[in-house]
Amino acid sequence: MPLVYCGACSHAPGITARAERADTQTRQALHKALYKMGDDIRATRPDALVVVAAEHFANFFMNNMPAFAIGMADSYEGPIEDEAFLRIKRTTVPGDKALSKKLIEGVMQTVDVAYAEEWKFDHGIAVPLHFLTPGYDLPIIPANINCQGPPLTPLKRAWAFGEALRAAADALPQRIALVATGGISHWPATPDSGKINEKWDREFLARWAANDRDALLSYTDADIYREGGQGGFEIRTFIAAAAAARGAKGTIEFCEPVPIFAVSCTIARMGIAA
Amino acid sequence: MSLYQVQKLIYQLNRDPRTQQRYESERAAVLAEYELTEEERAALETPDIGLLYVLGVNGQLLMHFAALHKIEWTDYLEHMRVGLKTHGAVREGVYASTGYEGVDAHDARLKQEREKR
Repeated sequence: MPLVYCGACSHAPGITARAERADTQTRQALHKALYKMGDDIRATRPDALVVVAAEHFANFFMNNMPAFAIGMADSYEGPIEDEAFLRIKRTTVPGDKALSKKLIEGVMQTVDVAYAEEWKFDHGIAVPLHFLTPGYDLPIIPANINCQGPPLTPLKRAWAFGEALRAAADALPQRIALVATGGISHWPATPDSGKINEKWDREFLARWAANDRDALLSYTDADIYREGGQGGFEIRTFIAAAAAARGAKGTIEFCEPVPIFAVSCTIARMGIAA
Repeated sequence: MSLYQVQKLIYQLNRDPRTQQRYESERAAVLAEYELTEEERAALETPDIGLLYVLGVNGQLLMHFAALHKIEWTDYLEHMRVGLKTHGAVREGVYASTGYEGVDAHDARLKQEREKR
């Protein structure tokens, strides 16, 4: 049946790792918006949540880097990060191997996706789940777009991946929710960590909310690096979510730059066009 | 240069608790499994976070390597800044430094802007 939920949120490790260093009011508003996103997802009664991530060398490395990957396991472990650093307890998150397999078969009709029967979550998935499904009671299907190790997946292919996920989800009897996670401009884990190009972020989100395919795909990687840093490459996940919405418009529910978290913390939801 | 080998070691270390145990108990043996230059080996062993950054190690790998060594976040960032001063610009990989005002100044500026709204 048609996708039941489509949205996007930030996954910056600072959100949990350096929580108390942010302005209290801003942090509380962010947490409230993240918990609301979790409630909104649950209200659509999903059977599984596809998380389109931009993982950071937890599973995929330059020895064998897939442009796209989808997990195909009954459970996943994570986060890989030091617990004292990320402040999220390492746990086992439920998956759904049979459902993953069907989804992958569908996606493969148009996009050459790698599948993975092992997948360790890093902060890219663990931080969102910490707020969205804190009880770890909803089966997760991790998906990944290579936003880290150049050559990167082209933006137009990220769009194609979103379309493929949508078509595959719609063909299943299950109710599938989708959340993309990534940062917009950021310079994570570098001496420039904390730098945020708020203007560029808001412009990107305006294009995203309008679901303007041409405008979203018009960025070059050189533009992105100059304006949005190497973290900006993660806009690929947002682009996949826009494609999955099949032309529907989005709403920016929260967007606030928080330097100590290194990103414009963002929560956004797409409509779902038939 | 063998940035690939340096990053591969850190990748394995970050994701695999058994490699972490071995790195604790038999560090030299683990390091010997990778084709490293003497500079790279020493940078990993010390660990010299600043030099590893200048060698081009991706921050998404380096951040966790630093956390593994119990290096606090602010110190981690400072190590990289010192590395740039000591060893010069990043030699390989995706980075070029862009000169940032720093989190505290940035935060204060954003707060002022919010209050003006």
